[in-house]
Amino acid sequence: VATVQNNSPGNNDADIELHLLIDAIYLKYHHDFRRYAQASLKRRLTGALAHFKCRSFSQLQDRLLHEPAVFPTLLDFLTVPVSEMFRDPGYFRALRQVAVPILRTYPSLKVWVAGCSTGEEVYSLAILLREEGLLPRTLIYATDINPHTLQKASAGVYDVDRIAGFTEAHHKSGGSSSLSDYYTAAYGRAVFDKSLREHIVFSDHSLATDSVFAEVQLVSCRNVLIYFNRDLQDRAVGLFRDSLCRKGFLGIGSKESLRFSAHADSFDELAPDERIYQKWP
Amino acid sequence: MIAPETLPARIDTVVIGASAGGVEALAVLLPALPDTFRPAVFIVLHLPREQPSLLVQIFEKRCARPVREADDKEPVEPGTIYFAPPDYHMLVEKNRQIALSADDPVHFSRPSIDVCSNRPPMSMAGACSASFSREPTRRRRRTACSSPGRRRHRGPTAGQRQSTAHGSVSPAARPGGFRALAC
Repeated sequence: VATVQNNSPGNNDADIELHLLIDAIYLKYHHDFRRYAQASLKRRLTGALAHFKCRSFSQLQDRLLHEPAVFPTLLDFLTVPVSEMFRDPGYFRALRQVAVPILRTYPSLKVWVAGCSTGEEVYSLAILLREEGLLPRTLIYATDINPHTLQKASAGVYDVDRIAGFTEAHHKSGGSSSLSDYYTAAYGRAVFDKSLREHIVFSDHSLATDSVFAEVQLVSCRNVLIYFNRDLQDRAVGLFRDSLCRKGFLGIGSKESLRFSAHADSFDELAPDERIYQKWP
Repeated sequence: MIAPETLPARIDTVVIGASAGGVEALAVLLPALPDTFRPAVFIVLHLPREQPSLLVQIFEKRCARPVREADDKEPVEPGTIYFAPPDYHMLVEKNRQIALSADDPVHFSRPSIDVCSNRPPMSMAGACSASFSREPTRRRRRTACSSPGRRRHRGPTAGQRQSTAHGSVSPAARPGGFRALAC
């Protein structure tokens, strides 16, 4: 049973209500946000209060427990459906330079994109792997806790007005082909090629509560760990370590670091500026 | 200018937000902070997201206080000046750790002064922000704005409200304009 761990005299009513709401979500829906970083979680849930026309987290908790339609929408506030293709192009350039030459040596490849949100990162990696000639022998696991965003990721449909930014980032990432080779645009939308999706498995998986499910050669989990507290970060990085093969690669966000992680000794910094690590030994 | 007597007795945090033109004002303000300045200073500037920020290199040699680009989960140290990294929001946890987030831009801005200034006053004894915040100031928060006429750069904040309900307006490029913050 979850408990309110931070009920110190310094907590105001909103903080107490926030903890109770998070506990209610865990007890009712088994989604565990108790070890998420509180500041940004509170900010997002404050946005949810306005959406649900609730005056307090307690009022939102009441609706959450008694109205089944509330939680799926609330999950969109709790998770962060913000993603772009080839975000931080230097990361993808570094992957091409330091990881791809070694990935080529495997007869078959498995890649895990943890916290894939609406799929932009997954398609970016799929395109990179195709450009490098590796996609035909690769299976990409794209996981997230939000079924709604997973559905969007699986559809691979994005507003066409975002494509210009994606194209520029793809070019900067060292792309050897044209991004337009991979999508079809019509009616204000662009749908990505199903031949990319044939190599992607979209699945529900929680870094907070689930376990390792496969041995993989590359894990990409960017701008996810910043939403976790240290305990949960350690759990997630532990999953990545256990999932990676020997000398497998881990990519995290540009402002994330394994420096203070309990598993720091398990990884070598391969491309420090781009936060690409290699499991060692 | 904020009158010193209207400030909370104890200030732990100062939040400053500006568009890219704010570097000029910061070049006056930050070197003026004395070695004994105790509050942590959080600065949100609108900068290009594609390039690494050079703000730390620019300011660390000119300031008496340590200057850093904020890292996620970094413990907040008193008297230290933290710049928000490009393309990330910067917040502060109750346990006085920095928290970065990649949430949606706010008013086309990431980092956003609204996101940054929202948090410290809710969790700390007192805070003081100099910002172009659109949000109403809360109790125990004081907001100062540089004079609109003195703005040198029209970045994403152009068109935002340039005064706040409980704040004040002062010429940013004049050291006295920030006297209340630097006291």
